[in-house]
Amino acid sequence: MNFTISKRASTLSMILIGVGVLATVAGVLGDHSDHHQRTWSALLVNGFFFFGIGLGALFFYSLQNATETAWSVLVKRVYEAVMGWIPVGAIVMVVVLAAGSMGLHHVYHWMDASLYVEGPNYDPIMAGKKAFLNQPFFWVRTLAYIGTFVFAARWFRKKSLEMDGLTGESLVRTHLLTYRRGALFLVFFAVFSSTLAWDWLMSIDAHWFSTLFGWYVFSGMWVSAMITGVVMVLYLKRKGYLPQVNNSHIHDMGKWVFAVSFLWTYLYFSQFMLIWYSNIPEEVTYFQQRINEHPGLMWTTFFINFAVPMVLLMSRDAKRNPRFLIGVGTVIFIGHWMDINMIVMPGAVGHHFHGLGLLDAGLFVLFLGAFIRVVLGTLAKAPLTPVNHPYLEESVHHSI
Amino acid sequence: MANKVIYAVYDDPEQLKDGARKLVSSGIKVKDVFSPFPVHGLDPIIGIKRTRLGIVSFMFGITGTALAVLGIWYFNIYDWPMNIGGKPSFHYYQNVPAFIPVTFEFTVLCAAHGMAITYLIRNKTLPGLPARNPDPRTTDDKFIMEVRTADNHGHSSEEIAGLLRQTPVTEINERQC
Repeated sequence: MNFTISKRASTLSMILIGVGVLATVAGVLGDHSDHHQRTWSALLVNGFFFFGIGLGALFFYSLQNATETAWSVLVKRVYEAVMGWIPVGAIVMVVVLAAGSMGLHHVYHWMDASLYVEGPNYDPIMAGKKAFLNQPFFWVRTLAYIGTFVFAARWFRKKSLEMDGLTGESLVRTHLLTYRRGALFLVFFAVFSSTLAWDWLMSIDAHWFSTLFGWYVFSGMWVSAMITGVVMVLYLKRKGYLPQVNNSHIHDMGKWVFAVSFLWTYLYFSQFMLIWYSNIPEEVTYFQQRINEHPGLMWTTFFINFAVPMVLLMSRDAKRNPRFLIGVGTVIFIGHWMDINMIVMPGAVGHHFHGLGLLDAGLFVLFLGAFIRVVLGTLAKAPLTPVNHPYLEESVHHSI
Repeated sequence: MANKVIYAVYDDPEQLKDGARKLVSSGIKVKDVFSPFPVHGLDPIIGIKRTRLGIVSFMFGITGTALAVLGIWYFNIYDWPMNIGGKPSFHYYQNVPAFIPVTFEFTVLCAAHGMAITYLIRNKTLPGLPARNPDPRTTDDKFIMEVRTADNHGHSSEEIAGLLRQTPVTEINERQC
């Protein structure tokens, strides 16, 4: 069965984009920071957050391939559709980073070349990091990440569509190829997920460093992707699509949201506790600034992303209740968006950041509308459930 | 009439599920199933109530959390406040990040041990207790369904055996009890 975008979904996404554009324009007019730093930072936050959802889906998809997981075969097209956002998200990231390189904004303080030469701006700490944090090497890395992700997403999608027309031995051969490539991609992703977080987010606070940072950002992307997946499946089921997806599939996807929320909490807390305990000035500045200047944002984010899934998604019935799952999922989704704001804003905007406002909400809504259009558009291009897959039968009979 | 136990032996879990469905739809109560591994989707067919082990585990976990918090507060705050890493311990909340890992570990310890021991006691499978398995082959590759005539008044053992023979059963054993 093929998916067609309903008129309502199409109108809704256009309304979201329209409202987003208006709110963003109003927000930009109210942005009096130097070089529109506040606007560029908000663009980075939303660009990265939605790009991260695409990456989370790509990671989960290759994880399912590499582990030859059977139950998720029925819903694999949903994750392929979310992966369809990766090229668009990549363009936004490149625009923001290139603007930084050209000096249109100063989100990335280290991009200022005068820090590295003897003179009034000379910064010995930055000079010590020059081997890694220099523009040519930064761009080589950035293009390598984006190239790998765009290529991998397209390749997996191509093979998945190819398998629809195959049977017998050639089907198994293609399946085993995606299995090996899934494992290979995970090797790249293991490195890139950490280094891209250092390059694009941690380097905003260029004097500060944390080895856990990459995993922490990665786990946030992963939860957001799992929420997006389960909400989309529930939406499709409500519309009468995916009749073979049963309660057990929904339950398993709910478990992923629950479990990955604790991976996030674990990494967030581990990073916080080690820095809090050792209390070394160069490490503790990051949390000093956030706790002292934005305690509300910091603690709300932690509370939403930890306590809400812990208390509300623990029971089995909660994970099998579509409305409840969508409600809790939406709250955690916004919590992880706030988390990215918390990572970026205090470092990038500093004292001009007075909490989230119209600009942030507007850009979020704008990106959400565009994301829905692109993802549903990708979803409509192929049969909603794979036609041929070695584990399709097993997935249909999934029962826990 | 003496009560009888009927053991129906199957080679395959799916065939056993089909057999159980057939019996239950004919109004016969299946007492239990013995299998080498958990058969997914079997419980609702033979009408086994959902396990409450999760609730037990949660209770043990909460107990662990409470004990850990109480213990840490008593040892490190109330009885003998210690200055560790320049962090004076006069209030629990001031040092709570340092106490989270041990609280978490103690919660997991209590939940896991409590759950495992409850499971063993409830199933009467503590180490040393006699096995209640009717046929050792169910620990290898056979699936056995147990039907008791005592649970099924109005159905004779011949009638039940006749119904069983219509399913892909490999052998039927009867025993007095």
